[in-house]
Amino acid sequence: MKIRVYRFNPERDTKPRMQSFEVATRPGMMLREALLDIRALDESFGFRHSCGEGVCGSDGMNVNGVNCLACITPLADLTEPVEVRPLPGRPVIRDLIVDMSQFYLQYKAVQPYLIRKEPLPEQEIPQTPAERDRLDGLYECILCGCCSTACPSFWWNPDKFHGPAALLQAWRFLADSRDQATDERLDALDGPYKLFRCHSIMNCVAVCPKELNPTKAIGHIKELMLEKAV
Amino acid sequence: MGLQHRHFDALIIGAGGAGLNAALRLASANHRVAVVSKVFPTRSHTVAAQGGVNAALANVLPDNWHWHMFDTVKGSDYLGDQDAIETMCREAIPTVYELEHAGVPFSRLDNGKIYQRAFGGMSQNFGGEQAARTCAAADRTGHAILHTLYQQNIRARTHFFDEVFAVDLLRDDAGVVLGALVLDIATGEPLVIESKTTLLATGGYGQVFRTTTNAFINTGDGMAMALRAGVPVQDMEFYQFHPTGVAGKGMLITEGARGEGGYLINAQGERFMERYAPNALDLASRDVVARAIVTEIREGRGCGPHQDHVLLKLDHLGADVVHHRLPGIVDICRVFQGIDPAKQPIQVFPTAHYAMGGIPTDRAARVVAPVHKGPEEAVPGLYAAGECACVSVHGANRLGGNSLLDILVFGRAAGQDIERYLSENPHHRPLPQHTLDPILARLERWDRHGEGEPVHVVKADLRKLMEDHCGVFRDHDTMAKGVEKLRTLRERIEHARLQDHSQIFNTARIEALELDNLVDVGMATLACALAREESRGAHSRIDFPERDDVHWMQHSLFWREGDRVEAKPVRTKPLTVESFPPKARVY
Repeated sequence: MKIRVYRFNPERDTKPRMQSFEVATRPGMMLREALLDIRALDESFGFRHSCGEGVCGSDGMNVNGVNCLACITPLADLTEPVEVRPLPGRPVIRDLIVDMSQFYLQYKAVQPYLIRKEPLPEQEIPQTPAERDRLDGLYECILCGCCSTACPSFWWNPDKFHGPAALLQAWRFLADSRDQATDERLDALDGPYKLFRCHSIMNCVAVCPKELNPTKAIGHIKELMLEKAV
Repeated sequence: MGLQHRHFDALIIGAGGAGLNAALRLASANHRVAVVSKVFPTRSHTVAAQGGVNAALANVLPDNWHWHMFDTVKGSDYLGDQDAIETMCREAIPTVYELEHAGVPFSRLDNGKIYQRAFGGMSQNFGGEQAARTCAAADRTGHAILHTLYQQNIRARTHFFDEVFAVDLLRDDAGVVLGALVLDIATGEPLVIESKTTLLATGGYGQVFRTTTNAFINTGDGMAMALRAGVPVQDMEFYQFHPTGVAGKGMLITEGARGEGGYLINAQGERFMERYAPNALDLASRDVVARAIVTEIREGRGCGPHQDHVLLKLDHLGADVVHHRLPGIVDICRVFQGIDPAKQPIQVFPTAHYAMGGIPTDRAARVVAPVHKGPEEAVPGLYAAGECACVSVHGANRLGGNSLLDILVFGRAAGQDIERYLSENPHHRPLPQHTLDPILARLERWDRHGEGEPVHVVKADLRKLMEDHCGVFRDHDTMAKGVEKLRTLRERIEHARLQDHSQIFNTARIEALELDNLVDVGMATLACALAREESRGAHSRIDFPERDDVHWMQHSLFWREGDRVEAKPVRTKPLTVESFPPKARVY
């Protein structure tokens, strides 16, 4: 199979280029394995990866124009030649490795942790199965960045718009029956950019490798804001 | 070369559950904490833990910590240190509540309490009926815990060095650990982190085996750093093969799948665990189930055209249970086997999973090694917790659900004892320049240009070697040959070369340094396994099929210098209860 990968080494190159490799495929082979075969031919080819099963979120990349995790993307699903590029809109450090600092800053900005004001009980804080079910589809995010780097609003305003991944987490804590900081969280999301730059383009939903729905979460935040306002 | 120096109260190497729980405690107490991780923290391998964390909450069935302790001692095949096991099982209960308070989205029971499932080797009343002790967030418990701990560390303003690789420990002539030399992966710049205390929390080394549930990053870095600093590692022969890895690929299928009611069948459709563990069946201890599967296959009852796996059946549980309680398993099966486990059985095979052994510590997570005063002498300034440590709560075989527990309890214990150490040792010790020299020399070794074998070729050979010579069933001749081959392979590394000598995000250089680590822990594993002439827990010798408490109820210590193996006594005395004496281990 012919795979064209994005190459850029800042110590050597003045501009990026695409490089072609021919990879022998095996049944059930994932893109990550093909990239490892390329690394065996050229150890200078850089990309992040680790768990190989879609839970660590290291190997987000843009493949044939779509963001995905290489380790759970079967080669059989891809059309040749496969074009592998770094996640869009982020500064490239080297080859497929991008600088995710801004993405992480936006994540940290939504106070992604449970805030509890009452004294803690000796045992667990009770939560009904129905209340717990509201967190399904939210807590599973692996911070791979596929969504935010597919979002045109994030491309334009990565410093001001939180982006879908961070907003999904903002809703994860708003939706948690145990959290006691709803008002502060909503106040912090107010303004034209942080939340409201989402124009429901839904690229985030299309690419999420965990099949999560940030657009829906953003909709819930907006509804809750409206509820609080009236 | 002018090396940059940074100064901290506590240096924590590794950002999995152990490192982050220690960091959280220290940062919340306003100590200067640096967490160094070679990947962004939420990529640490704790994220992949599935089934849950054990604590005798008694939310589903009657339970108490003492039953949990009995199961853990028995599971360890009586090699676990009972003071540490008592500590862990007692602390489990407040630890899980603390996690819940921190935000972990545990699954819930109708009464609002934390959901607990059945897991292997767990009983009520010291070996009676099956217990339900494993607290779960669906089958993504590790993910839920790791993300929660990272999130709370953001709140506590812990200082993170993301994508920074720890190269070696700094240890002065008095044996005090003074921090570590690290490498910023993005810039390729070395950096000296001087710290009053150093915690190794670097996880396991499954990458030393060809087929493993472990991630690419699990290369035994902390254990090898300890070895190179003159600290021994303990009980490395005890490596757990998880009964249910995806056949031929290695992804983990949680024991929770059997805890929810799944069971194993062979080619004849027979529920073969009835013959190996008549009471506990598929929820016998992992070593027992793994051996049963390999035995079925060796005796010709494997499934598939090559008779090389068995089947894990879940379809009788109903789509509701499978999809609601095991959503991550459904994903793995869909992606890697193209099946829905609610409809079709999963092809599984025992897969390298977990190191019971590691850097020896006491129950305060202080690294201990014999120097002058016996085997429990603390190495000043050095701590270890989690899979890279051997405290030893798992002994010869770990129970499912005790690994997340181990990292949390002893991660926190490390944080606590580091606070004590800092109050007694408030000042940095001077760092002699010559402690840096061998470390810089090791870095420079990989800077040599010219022709030589590539790292990935040597690494692939190492992984094949370990799988062939140190698998589920072992014997003297196979392992002795393995040691010989590994010595040859170690020589080859001297002649291996990198072709890529660039500075910026050079992953080839990191993999070369990881290979150094893998070879050291691989040798420790093989040497300890060859030395132990009995079968206990995960260590099964065909030539010594029985457990031998007279000669071998003792830990192994391995030193890098001379590949030396020595014995160390088991701490059989618990803190407040009677010791559990060794008994025949049946499930």
